[in-house]
Order: sequence, then structure tokens, then C-alpha cells
Amino acid sequence: MDAVAIEVFLQTLISGLLLGGLYALIGIGMTLIMGVMKIINLAHGELMMVAMYMAYWLFVLFHIDPYISVFIVAPVMFFFGMAIQRFLINPVLRVESILPENQVILTVGIGMVLANLATLFFTSDYRSTPVKYASDAWYLSDYWRDSPIELSLSVPWTVSFTISVVITVALWFFLTKTDTGKSIRATAQDLEAAMLMGVNVERMRLVTFGLGAALVGAAGCLFIPIYYLYPALGGRFTLIAFVITILGGLGSTVGAIIGGLILGVFESMTATYVGMGWAPVGRFLIFIAALIFLPGGVASLLRSRRLGK
Amino acid sequence: MKRYAPYIIVVLLALLPFSGLSTYMMHIIILMIMWSVIGMAWNLLGGYCGQVSFGHAAFFGVGAYTAGILYFKLGISAWWGIPLSVVVLALEALVIGFICLRLRGPFFALATLAMGEVLRVTAENLRDFTQGTLGILIKERTWVEKTWYYYIILAIAVLTYIVVKKIIESKLGYYFVAIREDQDAAESLGINTTLYKTIALVISAVLTGLAGAFYTNYMGYIDPEVVFALHDISIITIMIVMVGGVATYWGPVVGAGIMVVLAEWIRSLPRIGTAHQTLFGVLLILIIIFLPNGVVGDFSKIKRALGFGRKV
Amino acid sequence: MTPLLEIKRVSRFFGGLAAVMDVSFNVNKGEIVGLIGPNGAGKTTLFNVINGFYKPSRGDILFKGQRISGLKPHRICRLGIARTFQVVKPLQRMTVLDNVVASAFLRSDSKREAVKKAEEILEFTGLSSEKDKISKGLPLGMRKRLEIARALATEPELLLLDESFAGLNPTELVQSIEVIKKIKERGITILIIEHHMKVIMSISDRVVVLNYGEKIAEGTPEEVSRDPLVIEAYLGEAPAA
Repeated sequence: MDAVAIEVFLQTLISGLLLGGLYALIGIGMTLIMGVMKIINLAHGELMMVAMYMAYWLFVLFHIDPYISVFIVAPVMFFFGMAIQRFLINPVLRVESILPENQVILTVGIGMVLANLATLFFTSDYRSTPVKYASDAWYLSDYWRDSPIELSLSVPWTVSFTISVVITVALWFFLTKTDTGKSIRATAQDLEAAMLMGVNVERMRLVTFGLGAALVGAAGCLFIPIYYLYPALGGRFTLIAFVITILGGLGSTVGAIIGGLILGVFESMTATYVGMGWAPVGRFLIFIAALIFLPGGVASLLRSRRLGK
Repeated sequence: MKRYAPYIIVVLLALLPFSGLSTYMMHIIILMIMWSVIGMAWNLLGGYCGQVSFGHAAFFGVGAYTAGILYFKLGISAWWGIPLSVVVLALEALVIGFICLRLRGPFFALATLAMGEVLRVTAENLRDFTQGTLGILIKERTWVEKTWYYYIILAIAVLTYIVVKKIIESKLGYYFVAIREDQDAAESLGINTTLYKTIALVISAVLTGLAGAFYTNYMGYIDPEVVFALHDISIITIMIVMVGGVATYWGPVVGAGIMVVLAEWIRSLPRIGTAHQTLFGVLLILIIIFLPNGVVGDFSKIKRALGFGRKV
Repeated sequence: MTPLLEIKRVSRFFGGLAAVMDVSFNVNKGEIVGLIGPNGAGKTTLFNVINGFYKPSRGDILFKGQRISGLKPHRICRLGIARTFQVVKPLQRMTVLDNVVASAFLRSDSKREAVKKAEEILEFTGLSSEKDKISKGLPLGMRKRLEIARALATEPELLLLDESFAGLNPTELVQSIEVIKKIKERGITILIIEHHMKVIMSISDRVVVLNYGEKIAEGTPEEVSRDPLVIEAYLGEAPAA
């Protein structure tokens, strides 16, 4: 391999990892909801789309930097998520029907409404947010003059990645150290036991859906400086979130992080070495491969390692 | 009387072209019947066997492209796509079943959804084979009149109805419903759940593919965005069955009628037309909450709500 | 003569925990064998291993001398082992009759034959009057009996009954015991898990006792109820028999 090939490879790997970090944040929100509620939120990407429009308008109208608007958008999304859970999903949990997938189909309906409303209000135009630092980058040669290869690190990508890591760590503290966090994990692990222990399951469901929405909302803000925005992107990210959850192992937070990273790198590699149009196919191939060869996801590998079986 | 209802309906439908309906009305009715086929096919797998597919566009699209590619690549009449799609779809369903049927419930649903998307993206990228997003145009239309298209899709629909009914009343039907109700119990009662789920999937896929192959011939133009559409094919299919009534014989037919009329009506409304997905989404949400078993399944509930029912 | 069912040093682990540990025993043709033990002793897990839901982590299971461990549940059922579930699993939205018809298809060539068999079995289990009811609405006692009827419809040689008496009122209990005795008269072998000590001691030919996944005793009901290990295991619970 000559220097150029190595350069391309490393550059692809770096952008893949940066993308993967953001994917992880989307995946964690989905996996939390899946763990606690046992339902798949097919409006997940649409929630992100809503958050992105919020961040976009906050920037255009009030000149609030997307990285600042995380602190506005995520709380708003938290309450939005709780409202969806309280007024739409909860009633359906009680409805008697032949197909238990009703709840999933319900989230599809919610996603359709959100995507279509966004088209009505904001048209289906592609928009991008003209932040000043959009194309800033750090170059390897600036720090190491004699470097045989040249690598660059986009500033907004790196910042977004870093913030998503910070949020993930904060979430980990919340889930392991606080009472509410522990109750959420208990509910996910064993619903009946949690109820016996006096966990208010109804409330945990509300909080979890809110949290999932807030996380994907934060991810939306982080995508704003580096991605373009259009109403239909929700469906695409819902699928990404789902692929990550399958890849990581259903309901596993650590799995979602690893799944996100794997997917990010894989997509980035497909785009570089096969062609841009094929990146989505790469995404699905890895998904299908995971279904066939690793049905429990990355989480099952971690578990079997730990228990030495 | 009720026993003869299907025959009477078929005879009436067969006479319909002689009633002097406008071309537009015939078009609407053809669409209704086509969607009934897809709905009945989905219902066999989703409603009876309990395997909810979010990706029936994967079957519709492959059926449509089987016909399209025959014409475009081999120069053969696209009508040959109808018999050929039976074979192609059976093979496709075996592959998809092998991958997806190891998953249960919502995970199966999403895996099928992913399959639909995989095929759409593949069709968009395999330009030599499918002309990508340009789509395939059938230049020579077989008939200008709607009548023969109408009879062909009517025949497919009658066939579908008979197939579904015969299956549901046989051993297969008992096994499908047993699998839907409790897969573990079914397995422990000696039912090879993997085998029977695969059978349900293959039959459902083949019937859907027939509708797809018909669509190519009827519309004369296909592209991946249209025939592999997630919302406008896969999700609409589910809505049709849910609106009409899951696991009922006539539910998909009633649902298709309602949805096609509704779609046409919404599209004709000035300005609101672009909001049809919002309205569909809201409708979907309302149905799930208030009529979870559809118009046919919850018929007694509707009658009661309207004040016709006997007070119990 | 080879026993009908041979459990040979079967273990089943979940993660690092042994739910069943090195258990061996036989079930002979025509017997009723009771499987007892405190909660969490591994009884239902053992059923799940025999029935094929789980593969044994170690050990073998032989049915009529043929190795069945590792086969899928539907294959094992076809070979002649049927089971009921502790938490009943009726096919909820099907009628009682259809529930049984669905299982009767396993060894029927036509629908007519399956329906005929199913009606016979409903008669036999005393459920005929309920046959057109949707099974979801049945009282627990009926649902438990429906489980038995459904298992019988697969025409098994060995019937695994998982707590078919739990939660029944005294009348239902008497009816169910009658049914079990009649099943034995038909020549069907029964392996039964039961918490109701009086019942198990009165109907079983032999009893196997599990505790913490291990077999601690095996013998006639009298032998087992005198066994100090068994008494110790049940200490704190109601004393055995």
C-alpha cells in the first residue's frame, strides 16, 4: 500500500468513527425505549428531525449556536417524548387487539404525521446551517511537519463527537448512580420484579420515552452543523437506529455504542471503496449479516466473554 | 343468503364494465381491487399467521420489476411477468424468510422493513438492469380501454380470495392461527413453526408479486421510489388491513375500498392534498386506538356506537 | 426392557448458573412419575430440556432408546412426547374445539378426522360443553384441563404435566385427578410436576425430588416422604404429605 492508499484508509476510518459516535447516541435512545417499553419506536428518526428543525430555527432566528441549543432542544424533546408516551402510546397499551404490533404501527403513524407536517411547514427543501466553523479542520501536518501522510480532522465533526461522548458518559452515571436510573434499569430487566420492588413502572415509562427523545434530540443538534436537513430524513435515521440496536443487541446500551461505531465505520468504508450510492446497502448488509451470524448482537458476545462460556 | 354473497358479488363485479362507468371510475375500481389483493396477501401472513410485515413493498416491487425487466431487457411482453413472478417471488420469499423469520414480533416487522429498503436501494443502484431512478417505461400499451385490465385484476383478486379462504379453513389455517396465538405452544404441539411461517410468507409474497406484475402492465411505468415505497406501499398495505379488519376475509377488501377513495378524495382537496400523509397518519392512530379490529372486525362496536345495536 | 424415557446426567446452565445439575432418572412405560421440589428447584427447566425448548448443556435424553436431546420441540412432539405449561398457553382467540383440532392435525390425514378426534378428547376431559367458547374467557380450571386435552390430541406416549392442579378449587381438583387416572388407563405414561403434595403422593407410582437443580431422592411416595434430605429441603414450606 502506498502512502495515498494509507491516507485514504485512515481518513475513512476517522470519519467513520466520528460518525459512529453520533450514531451511538441515536441508538442508545432507541435501545432504552426498547428495553423498558418492549416496543420499537419507529418515530425515532422523525423525533430527531423535529429536533433538528428546532436547532435550525434557533440558529437562523436567534443566532443560537447548535451546540448551545442542545441545552434547549433536549429538554423540550424530553417533554415532547413524555407527551407522546402519555397521550398516544399508553392508551394503546390497554387496547385489546389481534396484533401486538399495534404499538409499533402507532409509532409509524406518529412518524408519518411529523414528517408530513414538517414538509407542510418547512417545504421539502434541503437546508444546511451556515455555522462559521462548518469547514474548519485540524491538519496533521500543522502539528507534525514531516508527517509522511496528511490527515485532517473536521472541527464540527470532532466537537459533535466529543459532546456525544460526554452525553453518553453522563447518561451512564444517571443510569447506574441515581435512583431513577436504577429503577429504569430494573424495569427493563424484569418488569414484574420491578413492580414488586415498588418501582412506579408507569412513571419509568414516561421518563424513558422522554429520555430517548431527549437523546435523539441532542443527536439532532449535533448533526446540524455537519449535515443537511430535510423533512424525510427521519425515516432514514429510524432505520439506522434500528440497525444499530440489532447490531448491538436488543436493549443493550453498551451494545448500542459499539453497534453505532461499527456501523459508522462500515458506512464510511462502503462510501469510499464501493461508491456513495451503495452506503445504504452496506448498512443493510451488515444488518442482515448480524441477524444471521450474530442474532444476539454485540451484547451476546460481551456476555459470553464475561461468563466464560 | 350469506353463503351466496361472494358469488353474487363476483357476478355483479363481472357485469360492472357494462354499466357505462367513466374511465376515471374504472381506474379507481381497478386500484381498489389491486389493493384488495395486496391486503388479502398481507392478511394471510400478518393477520392469520401473526407475522406482521412492514416490507411488503419488497414483494410488490420485485413483482413489478419482474414484468418490467422482461420487457425492457428481453423485449418480451410484460404480461409474462405475471406467471414468471410466481417463481421469482417464491424464491425471494424463501431468502427473505430465511433471514427474517428467525426474528419474532416487532423485530420481524422491522427486518422486513429493512428488506424493502435494501431492494429499493439496490434497484436504484443497479442501473444496467433497472435503469435506476429513471424507471422503466412500457411504450406499447396493450389496451387503451380499462375493461381488460379490470377483468385481469378481478381474476387475480378472486383467485387470491379463494386461495386465502381455502388455506384458512384447512390444516394450514389452524397452524397459522396457532402460531399467531402462541408460538411456543404451537411448537410444543408438534407444529414446525419455521416451516409453516415460511409457507405463509411464500404464499403471501407470491400473491403480492402478482399484483406488482399487474401494476407494471397497467400503469406502464415503474421506478424504485414508487414500487418499493415504504409509506405508499408497505405501510398503506398495513393500514388497508387494519382499517378493514385484521384476520377477516372481507376486511382487506373493505379496507382497500375505503383507503383508495380516501386517498383520491384527499388528493383532490385544494391545498390539503399535500397533507395526505398527515391525515393518513392521524387516521392510523385513531383506528389503532378506537377500532383496533377494523371496520369488519369491530362491526358490532360500530353499530352500537351509531345506535343500531341491540342493547345487551 | 428399555425405559420409555431416560434422563442421563443432564445439566443445563444459564450463564454461569446451573438450573439443572447432573440429573439422571428413568420413566418406565405405564407409570406416573411425580417430579417435586421447592420453588426454583429446576423442575420446569428440566421439562423444557426434555421437550426441546432448551438443549441440555451436558448429558443425554433418550426416548424409547433413541437420543432426542437437541431436537426441536415439534420433532419431539411428533416422536410422542407432549406437554402442558405451568403458565397456561391457550391459543387465546380460538375456540376450545379449535385449540384441540389444531393439535389433532398432527396425526390426522383430514380435517374431518381431526375434528372427530378433538371432540372425542373434549368428551374424555369433560370439556364438551365448553367447546364453542373462546378459550381466553375460560376459568383457570378449564384452561388447565384444555392444556391437557390439547396435549392428548397429539396422541403422545409420554405426557409431561406441569402443575396441572395449581390454583384449582376442590371440585376442579377432583375432576382433574379423575382425568389423570383415566389417561393412565389409556396406557399413556405421565411425568408430572406438582406442588400439591397430597395429590402427587396419591397418584404417583414413583417420585423424583429435585432441590437446587440436583436430584436428592427417588423412590415410592412412602420412601421419599421419609427421606431426611427431602424433609430438610421442604423445611420451612409445608411438610411433605
